[in-house]
Amino acid sequence: MAQFPFFPHTGEDVSRMLKRIGLSSLEELYADVPQEFLYRGEYDLPSALTEAETKARLEELAAKNRKLTVFAGQGAYDHYTPSVIPALAARSEFLTAYTPYQCEISQGTLRYIFEFQSMICALTGLDVANASVYDGPTATAEAARMCVASTRKRNRILASAALLPCVRKVLEAYAVFGGYALSISDNPLSALDASVAGVILPSVDKYGRVCDLDGAADAVHAAGALLVLYCDPSALAVLRTPADWGADIAVGDAQPLGMPLSYGGPYAGFMACREPLMRKLPGRIVGQAADGEGRRCFVLTLQAREQHIRREKATSNICSNESLMALWATLYLSLMGPQGMKELNAACYRSSHFLRDKLLATGLFDAPLEGDFVKEFVLRPRVDARRLHKYLLDKGFFAALPAEEGFVSFCVTERRTRAEIDALIAAVEQFAGEEGK
Amino acid sequence: MSYYDKLIFELSKNGRRGASVPRGVGDAEIPFGAGTLWRETPPALPEVSEPDVVRHYTRLSQLNFGVDSGFYPLGSCTMKYNPKVCDEVPALFAGLHPLQEEETVAGARELLAETERFLCAVTGMKHFTFSPCAGAHGELTGLMILRHYHEMRGDTARTRILVPDSAHGTNPASAAICGLEPVTVPSGPDGLVDPEALRPLLGPDIAGIMLTNPNTLGLFEKHIKEIAAMVHACGGLLYYDGANLNPLVGVLRPGDMGFDILHVNLHKTFATPHGGGGPGSGPVGVTEALKPALAAVDGRVSAFHGNFGVVVRAYAYLLMLGREHVRELGAFATLSANYIKESLRDKYKLPIDSVCKHEFVFDGLLDDGAREGVPGATTLDVAKRLLDYGFHAPTIYFPLLFHQSLMIEPTETESLETLDEFIAVMRKIADEAAADPMLLKAAPHHTPIGRPDETEAARHPILKYTPAA
Repeated sequence: MAQFPFFPHTGEDVSRMLKRIGLSSLEELYADVPQEFLYRGEYDLPSALTEAETKARLEELAAKNRKLTVFAGQGAYDHYTPSVIPALAARSEFLTAYTPYQCEISQGTLRYIFEFQSMICALTGLDVANASVYDGPTATAEAARMCVASTRKRNRILASAALLPCVRKVLEAYAVFGGYALSISDNPLSALDASVAGVILPSVDKYGRVCDLDGAADAVHAAGALLVLYCDPSALAVLRTPADWGADIAVGDAQPLGMPLSYGGPYAGFMACREPLMRKLPGRIVGQAADGEGRRCFVLTLQAREQHIRREKATSNICSNESLMALWATLYLSLMGPQGMKELNAACYRSSHFLRDKLLATGLFDAPLEGDFVKEFVLRPRVDARRLHKYLLDKGFFAALPAEEGFVSFCVTERRTRAEIDALIAAVEQFAGEEGK
Repeated sequence: MSYYDKLIFELSKNGRRGASVPRGVGDAEIPFGAGTLWRETPPALPEVSEPDVVRHYTRLSQLNFGVDSGFYPLGSCTMKYNPKVCDEVPALFAGLHPLQEEETVAGARELLAETERFLCAVTGMKHFTFSPCAGAHGELTGLMILRHYHEMRGDTARTRILVPDSAHGTNPASAAICGLEPVTVPSGPDGLVDPEALRPLLGPDIAGIMLTNPNTLGLFEKHIKEIAAMVHACGGLLYYDGANLNPLVGVLRPGDMGFDILHVNLHKTFATPHGGGGPGSGPVGVTEALKPALAAVDGRVSAFHGNFGVVVRAYAYLLMLGREHVRELGAFATLSANYIKESLRDKYKLPIDSVCKHEFVFDGLLDDGAREGVPGATTLDVAKRLLDYGFHAPTIYFPLLFHQSLMIEPTETESLETLDEFIAVMRKIADEAAADPMLLKAAPHHTPIGRPDETEAARHPILKYTPAA
């Protein structure tokens, strides 16, 4: 058998090492294992492939996927990734490091996390952000737990039915054993009482609408509960901030900040809160410090909240987060800047409104919902939603995604070109024509 | 080179930008800035050019240390080399939307199905979910499965779970978050779970046990057969914490030892990069009997399909590993750990003398140099001194069983020459400590910064950038 490129042990090395240990074979390293458990069978793995064969196999698999032009969102948005991001995030000093436990040789990771936290605070208007969690929906479940931990003798969480389905399903899954009682309804503010620890509302809802949250925080706070807003961080660059709406906690998924769709991940959840809740925030937090010579540096801080110190009394069980994806978001926001983010949202706004108006003109859809939107919108087709979706799929579009309540969902990011948008409109018109026959 | 200390915000200058953005299609009037829904002032993001960004983050990367920089013997973290081809292939799947119909993502589904088959082969389990995004997320998901299993059988009184005192902190934390009360199982003098100490803790309220095998001391829980029989007899399930799966790969399988549920850290065992603390991937496997309970959580604990891009990397690695090299993986990792242990035991305190698996724990220096008026060198001091010599430090002060824990895990991707260099440096540090512990206490001397004042940082937290007034 050829030597595996990633295992440097030669036969001679193995003999030398065994001799130092005082053993004569590798098997003796497992002499303490009940021998009936040693696996003698053949492993159901392919015969080892070379690197070139491995790449060819992956290319073969990739070729089995259909290349579609994406006109849908619902929690994953097809924004452009500037080339700088993969180039820098691939630097192995970032990529192959672990959690920055040894701060003296981890200032790179620690500093970009501090920058990430600062940028999330800038977008949300809130005081403190963590170093990221797994994704937006798990961030929401963590926020629900934070609400319970931050209020006295309250364990109910009221969540809006207008949250994205992917967020609601995770909230529900965590609620089964997770220490909070969840009620999801169209108007959670009407169900406030003394048992409610927190209310979770969307900042942009599943219909794509920018929500008017006037009075929400006052109502929630008057009932002694906390307000959590689920946000699209890209849109937050132009939206009224969670802090301005009076939210206590803001969560969401950083995926729209330049992360490829990648069949669902890796993305990164973000969490930000007001200062008084800081010690209930889960996950890693990086803080500024100084070394013995007074040089500014950065460290993991407030670790008394975390599982490796507090064990079962920790604010969360989270250990690994999505550090490298936080770097992606940080690079993205650095490149875009305030002006780029504004222009990006304007481009999405123009293109999505252009598409919506053209779609309405086909006569295939009911009158749209009231309310403004940035890039995502829903329409209720007068025909079978699945048939429309399937028709467009056959033409190479991932569009008119069947959504709840008989709607189909569309999303137009800055990536969609005039030609792509026109082609989608032509396909819908063609469908309308065929339906009319 | 002098220490580069800037934040990206400090490079900002009004009017600069680092990205170009299209205008969009159509001429809808942009409402931003007017009315109640939109923000009045733009977010305080930096305004920098593309060269500014590239140089800043390149400099930050140079302040970091990764597996590619050098030996990273961080115990329980399995910092093995990450093959480069594995980083290249996820881009092939970058354009797939997670809600696409199965027939349009046949390649991605085939990849997941095949990875599931490979993981079943290596672990002896029958079904996997890829929803969990990290190891602790896998633990939580696994415990949800465990609880669903009991509830589906109408067995609702099982609210306590056994966790050895040597377990990773995530175990009791995951249990608590899943509504289970962790019950600590004390380790015996040999560092192992003693079935006799376990027996009185068992009963109809026990949902199961979370075991790390080999445990965090790197010792194989050799009473596993008896433990499995006892826990199963009382109606509980066995959860396997995959954090320490590495030494078993290619040698034995948790499924054959009686475990019902496990998670695998793809970012440890199957060579995907740790990314400075994620993204990881923590797929959870179960036996046939737990398939319905698995279905209750599959696809529900994260937004879509978990960290698919990480699974792609692990799949590529498994293809290269194949049925031949899988046989070498655990054995080489175990060989390397024992080699270091035997080469240093005359300089460092070995609390339990036994063949270890992929890692082992010293309890500080044999001679810490302490004398009248001079405090001895601690494990922290040894760790910091290692940084001066170009190595990452081992895991320190864990497990909690000893006061000066120094946990070393070399993995199977380090050469004998690297191990010998590390051993030589560890011996030199031990000699330095004996002669002059203050040299270690002042370490590191050659890193970009010295030891920070972490207490002060926690007392007066500064957690975001604020422009100077």
